[in-house]
Amino acid sequence: MFSEKKVKMNKLQKKILIILLLLCIITPIGILLPMFFNAGDAWGEWSAQTVNDLVGYVPEGLAKYSDVWKAPLPDYTVDSKDTSIVHQSGYYIVSGIIGATATYGIMLLISKLIIRNGR
Amino acid sequence: MHIPDGYLGPQTYIPLAGAFVAITAVAVRKVKNEVSARNIPYLGMAAAFSFIIMMFNLPVPGGTTGHAVGSAVIAILFGPWAAMIAVSVALIIQALIFGDGGITAIGANCFNMAVFMPFAAYYIFRLFSNNPAKKGKVFFAAFISGYLSLVMAAILTAVEFGIQPLIASSGGGKALYCPYDLSIAVPAMAIEHLLIFGIVEGIITAFIVRYFLRNEPGLIYVFRKESENE
Repeated sequence: MFSEKKVKMNKLQKKILIILLLLCIITPIGILLPMFFNAGDAWGEWSAQTVNDLVGYVPEGLAKYSDVWKAPLPDYTVDSKDTSIVHQSGYYIVSGIIGATATYGIMLLISKLIIRNGR
Repeated sequence: MHIPDGYLGPQTYIPLAGAFVAITAVAVRKVKNEVSARNIPYLGMAAAFSFIIMMFNLPVPGGTTGHAVGSAVIAILFGPWAAMIAVSVALIIQALIFGDGGITAIGANCFNMAVFMPFAAYYIFRLFSNNPAKKGKVFFAAFISGYLSLVMAAILTAVEFGIQPLIASSGGGKALYCPYDLSIAVPAMAIEHLLIFGIVEGIITAFIVRYFLRNEPGLIYVFRKESENE
């Protein structure tokens, strides 16, 4: 059904795909740097437990909603209790590749379905 | 900047979800005619880039973390409407698969990072640059566009957090949702984005726009739009 606009990649596009893959491989920087500089959660993204430590109580609505969704790979890891930095880096890379591939594929599909400008 | 579940009450997340859905409908119509089919692979890559760049958490030493979003560079290169859809796809996958950003807050997070930010970035860029021949100016405009749009999106997010104690509290003055009010949320998020994360967004935006200006100048949406208007 997409035959009239088969997508062929040019050199620059192939190059960008390779750069994206390389970026996925170095994503553990995103967990190692905060660890090294002793930085914690993003502002406003604390767990209910951390909020309790910060303000002395867990707001009612927060307690009610905070576990409303069970994500299959929470926090980009398969096992948050695993203390090995090497393992966590590996999980992070795999999460990056899964997420980036899903994002890429879904965006391609959406674009093919909606774009009608053949120029 | 990914608001989790439980930090916004329904009075906030329902209107933002509604706004997001309505704006998405407009975006689909715009992208349908505005974006060339030749750019389809780039859009997929742009969405993936946004997803990946948000995984690079940067530290405030001894404090919190944050990250760039990529909305500014996507808006300059492919237009704010295409950026809106691309970054929304990344954010929705982050929420559904990785629990990064709440399910109830998908509309709010998409509104902040995928709607407000690319439009702010796009118009800020146009304020500072309209001539692709002036490369230094393009570089500067792209930096400012990335820097300010991320800071502004962070402040918008902080306002959504900060109005929660005003909207809803239980007995005894305890907040129902985000416990911090505007006087804490806004300075905290503004300062970390002004000092660290915004600068990173600016640098990424400036270098990628410069790269495309050298290698594929005909593709850059913001300049094609300029020449159409003349």
